[in-house]
Amino acid sequence: MTAQAAGQERVLTGTHFMLGDHACAEGALAAGLDFFGGYPITPSTEIAERLARRLPRVGGKFVQMEDELGSAVAIIGASAAGARSFTATSGPGFSLMMESIGLAAMMEIPIVIVDVQRASPSTGLPTMVGQSDALQARWGSHGDYGVAAYSPASPQECFDLTLLAFDVADRYRIPVLLMMDEVVAHMTERVVIPAADAIQRGQRPRPDHAPGATRHLPYAVGDTLVPPMAHAGEGYCVHMTGLTHDERGYPALNEATHNQLVNRLVDKVRLNAGEIERYEEYALEDAETVVVAFGCTSRSAREAVKRGRAAGRKCGLLRLVSLWPFPEARLRGLLERGRVQRFLVPEVNLGQMRREVERLTQLPVLRLNHAGGAMPTPEDILAVIP
Amino acid sequence: MSGSAPIIASTHPNDGLLRADRFPHILCPGCGIGTVIHCYVDAMAASGLALSDHACVSGIGCSGRAAGYVNVDSYHTTHGRALPFALGIAVYKPGMRVTVISGDGDLAAIGGNHLIHAARRNVDLTVICINNFNYGMTGGQAGPTSPRGSVASTAPEGVHDRPFVLPDLVRAAGASMVSRWTVLHVRQLRDAILRGMQKRGFCFIEALSPCPTNFGRANDLGDGMAEMEVYRERCELADGTPGYDALDIDLTDHTRPILVGDFLDIERTPYQPVGEHTA
Ligand code: SF4
Repeated sequence: MTAQAAGQERVLTGTHFMLGDHACAEGALAAGLDFFGGYPITPSTEIAERLARRLPRVGGKFVQMEDELGSAVAIIGASAAGARSFTATSGPGFSLMMESIGLAAMMEIPIVIVDVQRASPSTGLPTMVGQSDALQARWGSHGDYGVAAYSPASPQECFDLTLLAFDVADRYRIPVLLMMDEVVAHMTERVVIPAADAIQRGQRPRPDHAPGATRHLPYAVGDTLVPPMAHAGEGYCVHMTGLTHDERGYPALNEATHNQLVNRLVDKVRLNAGEIERYEEYALEDAETVVVAFGCTSRSAREAVKRGRAAGRKCGLLRLVSLWPFPEARLRGLLERGRVQRFLVPEVNLGQMRREVERLTQLPVLRLNHAGGAMPTPEDILAVIP
Repeated sequence: MSGSAPIIASTHPNDGLLRADRFPHILCPGCGIGTVIHCYVDAMAASGLALSDHACVSGIGCSGRAAGYVNVDSYHTTHGRALPFALGIAVYKPGMRVTVISGDGDLAAIGGNHLIHAARRNVDLTVICINNFNYGMTGGQAGPTSPRGSVASTAPEGVHDRPFVLPDLVRAAGASMVSRWTVLHVRQLRDAILRGMQKRGFCFIEALSPCPTNFGRANDLGDGMAEMEVYRERCELADGTPGYDALDIDLTDHTRPILVGDFLDIERTPYQPVGEHTA
């Protein structure tokens, strides 16, 4: 058996026929995953199962935690010590992790959380598809803060966007959420994994002085708005807290510090949106109907647009690869061209991302929704495209 | 001590171990938390390790502020979540000595699930649980260790619930080392913390501590000094490993001893997830 077949290579370079959940796990390994803390939940469990086997063999730590509360915090702790760390869950667990998304945002400790969405609310349809955690990803923890969230539409993207998620988390010291869905997670397709040395990794900003020489201020920022990060055990004696804090990391319980801090947490993402956001365009040049879709739904949408074009309908697809930041500038750009007459937002929820489109335009925004358990077919979408 | 007391020394030998630039601290006069912090930094100094080898993690509450006063990598996390945060550091950097300092409400109520599972796994942590029998920071509400009959702002007629007896709980869950001392027993407390730092595995030290502002006042225990007097009169050194009933505490029942001691110190394989390649 080759080393690769035994699963002892960190990066499984080559072409595979691979499950979406497994591709996500491989993306994390290729990104340099050091620590996984998680709790099994359908339909994300295959990520944990694959990492339980793979991660220890390449020198990482796999911990099955007692619940999702512990999982989300354990990965923050490991990341504070310098680990690239992540967890994978589904709606019910994602809800339990909301508190910790706020902690990671406030302490500015990079983490990646995968939410394989299933039909919700509550226990819902555990084995069936949903896309209804899209707004929770942006707004789920209390308070204002910045996150990035990506939504893969294929196993290949489960790999690619997991890699990206770690880079963005590290570069901006933010929580990054990979919003998968049950269909993509349980789909098996071709996945091409590049050579290990072809993978470029985004880095955390790090202190430019040795510990002890001068005092390290854990939250002193320059132009980038992202403070350099010192890890536990390096000698910088950092203090980090979820309380409002000054640049020493010390609690500073006053409104002025709070206002400045929270604005910076939001601005880190807002002002760097052009770098963080991702989208894909298909047949948009002269489109009068713009379908805005993400995740599994975007696959049906692409097919619908293709068939619509073949039938002479002027339609195109704006695929949201990042849900957050929402590609607002691109949408405004389309509107400025003056050709667009309407939007159509098919999604497996009752209109969550449609709100974003409606926020930006006076044009009609058509809907095609399913509460979960089934996704729209190309025929369903085509039927709504005029 | 009165505010006009003369300054007798401008520095303290432990200044380098504390974030002296954060003083004055927020703790009330007569509170026992400062004594526990002192025992912790004394143990840290005695450990002979560099400060960079230590980390301190706290949750929320008066005791949860401990991490903010010690001059090591220190993390003040969310309510109940100090243990999984500390697990992340300890598992990723097994060379570090990670200590959790937090309160009874934080560790045993909202964080109770993490407590028993960290003990079950025997995670390599030293956990100092400052037990003052109530939620001090939020004004004296009843908690999971409040003795039956004690008065709290959320139990004006007295607590009805049966409390946790924490040393018994974590011993049953699988800890390697379990002690209980009070803030009167500064040497024993320091020594227990030091042994916890030197030992691999889950080491749990309960530190009984006065909260004169809330628990003491509501239950007519007097000021912090008066509660220390109760400890001095009623604490007895336990033989072996006492169980729930023997360890149960009622500060208002003067006929019952308060058992303290080093109840358990055994060798158990510490938690460290390793891969097959390192086995
Ligand atoms: S409220 Fe109680 S526990 Fe908190 S600082 Fe005051 S005396 Fe100490």
